[in-house]
Amino acid sequence: MENKKTQYETVIGLEVHIELCTKTKIFCSCSTAFGSEVNVNTCPVCTGMPGSLPVLNKKVVDYAIAVGLALNCNITKVTTFDRKNYFYPDNPQGYQISQLYHPICTNGYVTIQTDSGERKIGIHELHMEEDAGKLIHDEECNCTYIDFNRSGVPLIEIVTEPHMSSGDEVIKFLEKLRCRIQYLEVSDCKLQEGSMRVDVNVSVRKKGDIKLGTRTEMKNLNSFRAITRAIDHETKRQIELIEKGDQVQQETRRWDDGKGTSYVMRSKEDAKDYRYFPEPDLPPVVISNDWINAIRENQPEFREEKIDRYQKQYNLPEYDSRLLTESKQMAQCFEQTTLLCNRPKEVANWLMVETMGLLKDRGNDSGKIPFSPKQLADLIVMIDKNIINRTVAKEVFERIFYDGVEPVSYVKEHGLAMVQDDDSIRLAVEQVIKENSQSVEDYMAGKTRAMGFLVGQTMKAMKGKADPKKVNQLVEAYLKTLTNI
Amino acid sequence: MNDIDITALELSKKIKNKELTVRQVVESVLERINEIEDQIQSFLFIRDKEELLLEADNIQEKINSGELCGVLAGVPIAIKDNICTKGIKTTCASKILENFIPIYDATVIKKIKEAGMIIIGKTNMDEFAMGTTTKTSAFQVTKNPRNKKYTPGGSSGGSAAAVASKIVPLSIGSDTGGSIRQPAAFCGITGMKPTYGLVSRNGLIAYASSFDQIGPMGNNVSDCAALLEVMSSYDEKDATSRKINDYQFTKGLIENIAGMNIGILQNDFDNTLENTIKKALIHSKEMLEQLGANVSYVSLPFTLEQALSTYYILACAEASSNLERYDGVKYGFRAKDYNNLQQMYQQTRTQGFGIEVKRRIMLGTFTLSSGYYEDYYKKALKVRNKIKNQLAQIFEQYDVLLMPTAPVTGIKLEECNDNNPTKHYFSDGYTVIANLAGLPAISVPYGYDNNGLPIGVQFVGNCCEDKKVIQAAYTYEQKIKGQQLKQNINSKR
Ligand SMILES: [Zn+2]
Repeated sequence: MENKKTQYETVIGLEVHIELCTKTKIFCSCSTAFGSEVNVNTCPVCTGMPGSLPVLNKKVVDYAIAVGLALNCNITKVTTFDRKNYFYPDNPQGYQISQLYHPICTNGYVTIQTDSGERKIGIHELHMEEDAGKLIHDEECNCTYIDFNRSGVPLIEIVTEPHMSSGDEVIKFLEKLRCRIQYLEVSDCKLQEGSMRVDVNVSVRKKGDIKLGTRTEMKNLNSFRAITRAIDHETKRQIELIEKGDQVQQETRRWDDGKGTSYVMRSKEDAKDYRYFPEPDLPPVVISNDWINAIRENQPEFREEKIDRYQKQYNLPEYDSRLLTESKQMAQCFEQTTLLCNRPKEVANWLMVETMGLLKDRGNDSGKIPFSPKQLADLIVMIDKNIINRTVAKEVFERIFYDGVEPVSYVKEHGLAMVQDDDSIRLAVEQVIKENSQSVEDYMAGKTRAMGFLVGQTMKAMKGKADPKKVNQLVEAYLKTLTNI
Repeated sequence: MNDIDITALELSKKIKNKELTVRQVVESVLERINEIEDQIQSFLFIRDKEELLLEADNIQEKINSGELCGVLAGVPIAIKDNICTKGIKTTCASKILENFIPIYDATVIKKIKEAGMIIIGKTNMDEFAMGTTTKTSAFQVTKNPRNKKYTPGGSSGGSAAAVASKIVPLSIGSDTGGSIRQPAAFCGITGMKPTYGLVSRNGLIAYASSFDQIGPMGNNVSDCAALLEVMSSYDEKDATSRKINDYQFTKGLIENIAGMNIGILQNDFDNTLENTIKKALIHSKEMLEQLGANVSYVSLPFTLEQALSTYYILACAEASSNLERYDGVKYGFRAKDYNNLQQMYQQTRTQGFGIEVKRRIMLGTFTLSSGYYEDYYKKALKVRNKIKNQLAQIFEQYDVLLMPTAPVTGIKLEECNDNNPTKHYFSDGYTVIANLAGLPAISVPYGYDNNGLPIGVQFVGNCCEDKKVIQAAYTYEQKIKGQQLKQNINSKR
């Protein structure tokens, strides 16, 4: 089987749904807040009451254009909505307002880095649509309830060309897509929570064939891992079918990640005729060049640009630049902190080691950084000015991270500043040497390691608040005076 | 005394001058309902007497205090039952919405309430406004007050009959392919379909969204203009709502058409235009000329059959989608016997919709289906655009067009049956033109045929020239008044 597999290539295209984080829904003014009590965020429009009419939320258009520009798409000058008709209880109007004939963005691309170099993944189109409600099945009463809070939450659907050939490429594409959208701050793109939903179209063909094989569509993919596994599984399944002399059926399949396999949801024969037609309740949206330019001017600096700039402007290693720009919050925190303290590498280290470490410990994937750039900059300045040493700085940083303390006042209030006057250190050194005559003797006998012990004891006596370098100097000087005698 | 046997504007003047109280007006409406409603059956729902009288007193107070000073304050009105009224059953004359009580007021309802008008009740109609006779109502048969052997027309037959039987001086209808103008013509009253987008559709239960338009129905052009002034507005809740500079339509009530270029439609619909109506048009031409207008015959570059086919393809397509929400899940009727979701949908819709609604849903579903979309829906859309452009060209030469409202003066109740379902579709031939292009059109009575049935003619204007249409119709109406004695409805009974 394995060597058979090498004779085939996999062709993959994606349909990615992304929930936009506008404050209100796409066609009414209800809140999009997640986790509200059932049916609280509803009105006649998003529950399909007779006589209600949709009115487009312009913010959704702004967001869709921004994403389209970030994916190098053409923006459609006159974009229109269409009705997709189907009966299902989560769909209160009996149709979903979507875009078929004139989607807002078309013909874009995203470049990804693969083992075989840079690749362009084509974006066929991007369109706007509304989300459906949620069905809640109650086993006890054997009935189903409907929560329309999600009904009318804005979505964009991004349809790629079939330009990917492995799970690895799909993940690289999705990571890049997610990163761009998160940088635009138009969605949080969480697969687990459904704010990003990926359907994968897979077909296989003999290497060298031009004609595409019959494809299947895979649904219910809730993690990147599930996507990779589903693609591998489906590729294998299709090759086996063809090798057996069977044909791949065009169908929609549902991935069961627990069992590591997929099932047929809908065959081609059951494919619905959605009877799309132009939505008569919504006039065409005319998108002027001014509108597009205004959004273009507000586009953020994306990750690739930042990676370049960090290396040039801040002299950071590529590794640091990549790590710091994984999330926009981190990159912004880096830039703002650096602006305040002008120590890019120091800031980078605090963010990459301590901050990311604590964020990981906390297990919160929101990526929200719980301190301000000023707090970190103040801390770094105190280290720079020798006000605190690194050991104390790490303790203070934890308090900043968990309790939000202001480092300057915290250090002052808790007396954590280093003892600066040499006399008190000298006194401590004298005391330590007096109490550790054995170590002094060892040192005299040439055991230089003994000095380290004496330094440590002095630090301890100073409650860690002395500059270790200074203690070192003074201990050494004192011991020298002893040997000279 | 029959207080309602006067126009709405006269009525409100009497209220303002303290010759009448609002309570007296409401009492007289209820009295008239007692007298005649059993025979006509124009209402599906009449509000509770006590509630109405209480509201009348409240409005009276506000009129007295000067809080309400609009020209229609205290005037009773009837509402077609496809317009949402908060807390009042709104059924579309369909079993599927038999007990549906909206949780919100349509924008027009808000506006007429703000104006201090009193909603008496909800009027009968063709189910979901699909029909030309009001006979497709799931609940009752409304009769034409002019001749009870005839239908009042449709689909706003109840609203037309309520005015014609002098229960209320004004009513609200909706016009998708002629549903205000045709019953207005059949019942001998005035009815206007404004420019598409002038009156908010928010709260109007959709039949065909790109055609539907709410409009006024009344005893004369002045009353209709006053009501339109109250109802119309730009509405953020309706994305197809249209912003215009001036909503003061009563400014169009000018008795002067000297110099106006008026075209009289020459297209003869399949030679089915009744002779009396043809004569009425010829006579109208003479009158308009006497009034100083430049009148000439005009031929449309498309046939009425083409307009009609285009209308039915597009309207049914939109309807098939608009009516998908009636699935038994959220509100309205739900069938009792079902074992699964599919059966619930099927049984609910099979039992809940009447035959005409089902027919149009099926027609629309067909024309939108893959493989047929291009040949039907898309083609019809192209024809519609062509018709729009051609009409725009015609209006470069003409101020208004005069044409029959309907090709016949009436449809007998006994002629309405399901054996020949499309038989009455043709009666929309002249009216759909305005809906296809979103134009303003008003039907005004010309007079009566030999059987005592009213003849209506309509003035159609260019987009947003509602005032001009009102001006032409008003001038014509004043001329007609002098020519022909209005038949007294009371003497017919
Ligand atoms: Zn809503």
